[in-house]
Amino acid sequence: MTRIESTFEILKAQNKKALIPYVMAGDPNPSNFVGLLHDLVKHGADMIEVGLPFSDPMADGPTVALAGERALAAGTSTRDALKMVAEFRQQDTQTPIILMGYLNPVEIIGYDNFVALCEQSGVDGILMVDLPPAEAGSFTQHLTEHSMNEIFLLSPTTLPERREQVLTHCGGYIYYVSLKGVTGSATLDTDDVATQVQAIKAETDLPVCVGFGIRDAASAKAIGAHADGIIVGSALVQNFADIDGNDATAVAHAQQKIMAKMTELREALDSLSVSSNG
Amino acid sequence: MQDFNQYPDARGHFGVHGGRFVSETLMAALEELETLYNKVKVDPKFWEEYHNDLVNYVGRPTPLYHAKRLSDEIGGAQIYFKREDLNHTGAHKVNNTIGQALLAKMSGKKRIIAETGAGQHGVATATIAARLGLECIVYMGADDVERQKMNVYRMRLLGATVVPVTSGSRTLKDAMNEAMRDWVTNVDSTYYIIGTVAGPHPYPLLVRDFQAIIGKEARIQHLQMTGKLPDALVACVGGGSNAIGLFFDFLNDTEVKMYGVEATGDGIETGRHSAPLAAGRIGVLHGNRTYLMADDEGQIQETHSISAGLDYPGVGPEHSFLKDMKRVEYVGCTDKESLEGFHEVTRKEGIIPALESAHAVAYALKLAKTMTPDQTIIVNMSGRGDKDLHSVMKAEGIEL
Repeated sequence: MTRIESTFEILKAQNKKALIPYVMAGDPNPSNFVGLLHDLVKHGADMIEVGLPFSDPMADGPTVALAGERALAAGTSTRDALKMVAEFRQQDTQTPIILMGYLNPVEIIGYDNFVALCEQSGVDGILMVDLPPAEAGSFTQHLTEHSMNEIFLLSPTTLPERREQVLTHCGGYIYYVSLKGVTGSATLDTDDVATQVQAIKAETDLPVCVGFGIRDAASAKAIGAHADGIIVGSALVQNFADIDGNDATAVAHAQQKIMAKMTELREALDSLSVSSNG
Repeated sequence: MQDFNQYPDARGHFGVHGGRFVSETLMAALEELETLYNKVKVDPKFWEEYHNDLVNYVGRPTPLYHAKRLSDEIGGAQIYFKREDLNHTGAHKVNNTIGQALLAKMSGKKRIIAETGAGQHGVATATIAARLGLECIVYMGADDVERQKMNVYRMRLLGATVVPVTSGSRTLKDAMNEAMRDWVTNVDSTYYIIGTVAGPHPYPLLVRDFQAIIGKEARIQHLQMTGKLPDALVACVGGGSNAIGLFFDFLNDTEVKMYGVEATGDGIETGRHSAPLAAGRIGVLHGNRTYLMADDEGQIQETHSISAGLDYPGVGPEHSFLKDMKRVEYVGCTDKESLEGFHEVTRKEGIIPALESAHAVAYALKLAKTMTPDQTIIVNMSGRGDKDLHSVMKAEGIEL
C-alpha cells in the first residue's frame, strides 16, 4: 500500500476529508521551500502536491504560471525539486508528496531515471498534466515497477467512455478538475461538481479529490461535502506574488498568510465531519 | 518503398513524433474535431465548398512563376516561385483558415481564437471570421505586436480583438500557450484555428491537408511548363505549414529533393536562432512530441529570428519525422543571408518577399549554383513582404 492509499484509509476511518495544498517547488525561494512544506503539514495538510516549474505551463492560470516563473528565476530545476522532497522526507516520513508538472523536463531526464529519482526522494504519486493515459505507456510501466501512484485528471468535459479509460489507469486518487478553465479560475458550480463526483464514485473505489477554483472556507465546505478531498493551489500561491523572494521578512509574512488560509480551510473541512458525525 | 501518405497513424503519430499531449479538459474537443474531420475528409461536398472558396475568395490557383532573370544571373538551376504571396491576405496561411473555418461552421461554434507570430495567420483568421460573422480573438506575443504593427491594425480593422501576451518570451510560443488557456476555458463555444502543422492531433494532419493544395497545384503546373517533375523543392520552416504544403504531394517521388530552411538567426553557434531541427532535441510542447529548442533541464529556450513567423522553438511533428527518415534535408539561413535574399529577389524580379520566404529564396540561390541550367527548383514564395518593411528598415538602420 502506498502512503497515499494508507493516508486515505486513515482519513476514511476518521470520517475526515483530505486537505491537499499545492505549492510550486522553489517558490519564491529554494531555501524556504522545505520549511514551507513542514509548515503546511503543521497547519493541516494531509498530503501535498508539489509543482515542478516549467517554462510553458499551458493549463495553468496566471497565478500558478507566475509561481513557476519565480521558481525558474530562482534557479529551481526538476532535480532540485526532487532534492527538496528528499530533504522534507528526512523529518517527515508520513505525509504523501505528489509531483505535478509537465512532461518536457521529465523527458530530458528520462522516464526510468526520473521515476527512480522520485522513489529515492520519497515521492508517492505523480500527475503529469500533459500526459494522458493513451500516451503514458512506458511512464506508467516505470511507476508501477516502483510502486508509485499515477494520478490522472478528469474534467467536466470528459465523456463517459473516456472516463472509464482514465479510471482504469489512475491510482492514488482521482483529481477532478471542478471547472472548464485554467488553475485559479473563478465561478464554481457546486451542484455540477456534486453530480460529476457522484458519477465518478459510482464507477471507482478510488478517492475523488476536487481542485481548481477552491479559495476559501465557503468553497471548501461546498466541495468538501461531496468529495473525499480538496486541492487548493492559487489561493495559497498568490501570497508570494508581489513580494521579493529574497526579502526574508516579506517571505515570512506571506507564509503566515498561507498558514492562516490553511487553518481556515482545515476548520471548514473538519466542520463537515463534525456535522456528519452529529 | 516508404509510402509517406500513410502518416500519421490513427493516434496522430508520425513515427515517434506527433500524438496528443494535452490536459484532460481539451481531450473531448480534440476527439470531437477528429471525428468531424474524419467525416468531412471523405465527403466530396466539403472539398467542393473548400475549393470554391479558394478559387472565388482566395484567388487560387496561384501562379508558378519562372524567375528567369534571377536564374540566368546565377547560371545554375532554373528557379520557379510558387506565388502564395498572391493569395488574398498575402500568404499561404489563408488556405488553412478557409478549411478550418468551414470546420468551425459545421461544429456550430461562434467564437474563433487563433495565435499568430508575424500576424499573417492572425490576419487570415480575422478575415475569415469577418466574412462568416464570427467573433474572433487573436493572441500575439507583445514583442510581435510591436514589430508587426501593420498586421495588428489590419486585424483590428477586420473586427478582431488582438490580445498582446506579455508572459515568457513575449513571442509566438507564449501566444500559443495563451490561446490554449482560452480554449480550455471556453471549450464549449470556441473553435481554435491553429495556424501551423503543430499542436495536438488532429491539427498537424488537417492543417497539412489544407495546405497540400500548394504542392498539388505546383506539381501540375511544373509538369505543364517543363514536362517533368522538379529536381528540388525549397521552403522555409518555422512551424512548417507552407513547407509541408509544398512537399506533401511529392514525398513519394524520391527523385525530387527537398530542403526545409530553418532560421539560424545570428548563427547556430551564437545560440540566438530558431532552428530546432538543426540544434534541438526531441520533447513535448504544445500538445505534440517533436524536435524542440530546450535547455538541459527541459525548459523551452527563447528563440530569435528577424522573421517573427519563424520565431518558434518547435516544429511540426511531420517535419521531425521527415528529418529522421532523411526524406527532407533541413538546412539553415541566417538573418543576414535572408536580408540579402530579400533584396536580391526584390531587385531582380520585382517581388518583395516576406522575410520568412526570403530564407527559402536565399538558400535556393546557393543551391541553384550547385546545379545545372536544365535542372529546376521550386521555391515556395509563402508570403509577401509588406508586413516586414518595418523590420527590414530597423535591421538596416533606415529612417524615412
